[in-house]
Amino acid sequence: MTTSEQSYPKPADVSVAAAPEPIDAELAAALNELEGGGIGWGETARFAFATLRANPLRTLLTALGVLIGVAAVVALLAIGRGSQESITASITANGANLLTIRSGATNTPGGIRGAVGGAQNLTIADAEALANPEAAPNVALVSPEYMGNAQLVAGANNLNARVTGATANYAAVHNSSLAEGEFISDEHVRTTANVAVLGANVAETLFPDQSAVGQQLRVNGQSFSVIGVLESSGGTGFGSVDDGIIVPLSTAQRKLFGARSLRGSLTMQTVVVQARSAEAVDGALAEVQAVLRAEHRLPSDGSEDDFSVINQQDILETVTETTRMLTLFLAAIAAISLLVGGIGIMNIMLVSVRERTREIGLRKALGAREGDILRQFLFESLALSGVGGLVGLLIGTVIALTLDVTGLFTASLSWDAVLLAFGFALTVGLFFGIAPARSAARLDPIVALRYE
Amino acid sequence: MSAMIAVRNLERTYVTGEFEVHALRGVSFDIQRGEFVAIMGPSGSGKSTLMNLIGCLDTPTAGSYHLDGLPVELLDPMLLAAVRNRKIGFVFQQFHLLARNTALENVALPLAYRGGIPAAERLERAAAALERVGLADRMEHRPHELSGGQQQRVAIARALVNNPALLLADEPTGALDTHTSAEIMALFNALNRDGVTVVLITHEPDVARHARRLLEIRDGLLVRDLPVERWDSSPRGPTRPRSRRLPVRSQWRSAL
Repeated sequence: MTTSEQSYPKPADVSVAAAPEPIDAELAAALNELEGGGIGWGETARFAFATLRANPLRTLLTALGVLIGVAAVVALLAIGRGSQESITASITANGANLLTIRSGATNTPGGIRGAVGGAQNLTIADAEALANPEAAPNVALVSPEYMGNAQLVAGANNLNARVTGATANYAAVHNSSLAEGEFISDEHVRTTANVAVLGANVAETLFPDQSAVGQQLRVNGQSFSVIGVLESSGGTGFGSVDDGIIVPLSTAQRKLFGARSLRGSLTMQTVVVQARSAEAVDGALAEVQAVLRAEHRLPSDGSEDDFSVINQQDILETVTETTRMLTLFLAAIAAISLLVGGIGIMNIMLVSVRERTREIGLRKALGAREGDILRQFLFESLALSGVGGLVGLLIGTVIALTLDVTGLFTASLSWDAVLLAFGFALTVGLFFGIAPARSAARLDPIVALRYE
Repeated sequence: MSAMIAVRNLERTYVTGEFEVHALRGVSFDIQRGEFVAIMGPSGSGKSTLMNLIGCLDTPTAGSYHLDGLPVELLDPMLLAAVRNRKIGFVFQQFHLLARNTALENVALPLAYRGGIPAAERLERAAAALERVGLADRMEHRPHELSGGQQQRVAIARALVNNPALLLADEPTGALDTHTSAEIMALFNALNRDGVTVVLITHEPDVARHARRLLEIRDGLLVRDLPVERWDSSPRGPTRPRSRRLPVRSQWRSAL
């Protein structure tokens, strides 16, 4: 924008030989008055929208590119976010802030390594040590778990299923809730009771037409009473317990599977530890390692652990990162179609400038400044991308919600994704509107008025 | 009171490729407030160039042009736009109305670019301008619903709406039949009697006759400046330039 100094010279600079009047204060005031005023933003926007309304089909087709792009970005971001949330939910459905400790590999002097868990060197004593709040203050709950497979028979029905030997802590650690009956109690564990809690699918298979609680079933030939049925955790998600049964830990170790004894204490494959909070997970991990190394009498010289700890948060982060990358990748592809939509806008705006050359010439003759014309055409391309963006948001939202309702995908809309897509659409409209608007603004009115 | 238009030694040279075309080669004249002047000349005489300069659509190569006291040759494009908006009302041969807009909206357009006038007042002033040209009953019509003469009246109303210092008409009857042309010229006369300064650019003597003063341009120079009533008695001037024809002129014509 020119300042008043630049727009006209001071009296000393004027060298007009035959000027009837010299430039004086009165003239300067007149010129200042001329510089003021000009068309407002509202009027400029009104001109732009009037043009778009005058040719609705062209407006629609031009906005379509941006519309599809925005709809795709919104729908894909919603689906990506929804998938991420549903995966996260299914992981944390089995309990939050968990550390899963498994027996380490067998280390032989020959350097031959067995499979992880092959050593079976986690014991009841280890679990009790981990539950000691003085040794491991960040550990809230400890759930020692013995896993085995067994043939289940109830009347004419039978199936092979996973049998988990657990303590009363299992339900709290894994967020298990009961559909009916009760869970394994400390008393059951202490008395090595032949009681079982059934997963939802197992209950359905073995006792299809009746309540399972109170019924008898045979596990590897031994008779067990059903004391409870777990609520379905939904589908066959990660670590689902729907397809297994839970018995007291001592019963699994002694009666069903004959667990090995180590240092005078029975072993199991897995101990699941719940930290007090998400922040306490790292502290709990260090405590678990320290306690178990002491229990296993490993030297504190940095030698390898004979157990492994899987941090649930690590898994969560990995999964989150993976789905996030996938979502961004898909959104980037959708964004490319937005860009193509922008080129469509530029194309139509260039055609429009050519078609309306005489109108532009007229507007300039009537007193439109370069900036006025520039703004009018920028508004048009912005309005095209803005309208396309808004309708695209709507359609993208509908697509996401429809997919969510039909159960094909889990979709989760978020404001930041919506604003991102709309903001990007406006940016595209602005960017691709600049070149046509400049060419319109720079037209020479004399040439433009004569343009045929 | 100084002259409405003061033109001194005005020159305009176009550079077309390797040729310099001297469209105006030093023209001087004054036009007072309230005059009705016709600028005449055959095509290629430089009258269109002069019109563009008077209309502030172009700036001179040399010389000075003061419009209503403003030194136009010194103004930047933004100020020129403001001068066009407030000081000049254009009337074109091709009317140049916006086809999608009603007569009223077309007339109100210059007021939008002036700024600072509420929409209601803009339409009020546009309606007053349309009444002034006798189209009070056609305000909501679009250009294609109007005859040629009516369209030109709308264009004249648009030129008047900002109360300009100067009504500048470029072949305003060029696209109209004889009868309608006479009506439009009568309208210009009436407006002039009301005090509007009118400058008419034409190559038709019949149209120029409606003015009160005649400026005749040939080959970029002012060859006659006289009241219309003395036109017929005065020597008719060269129908063919005697000595003024420059070699560059044929080049210019071919360049156009």
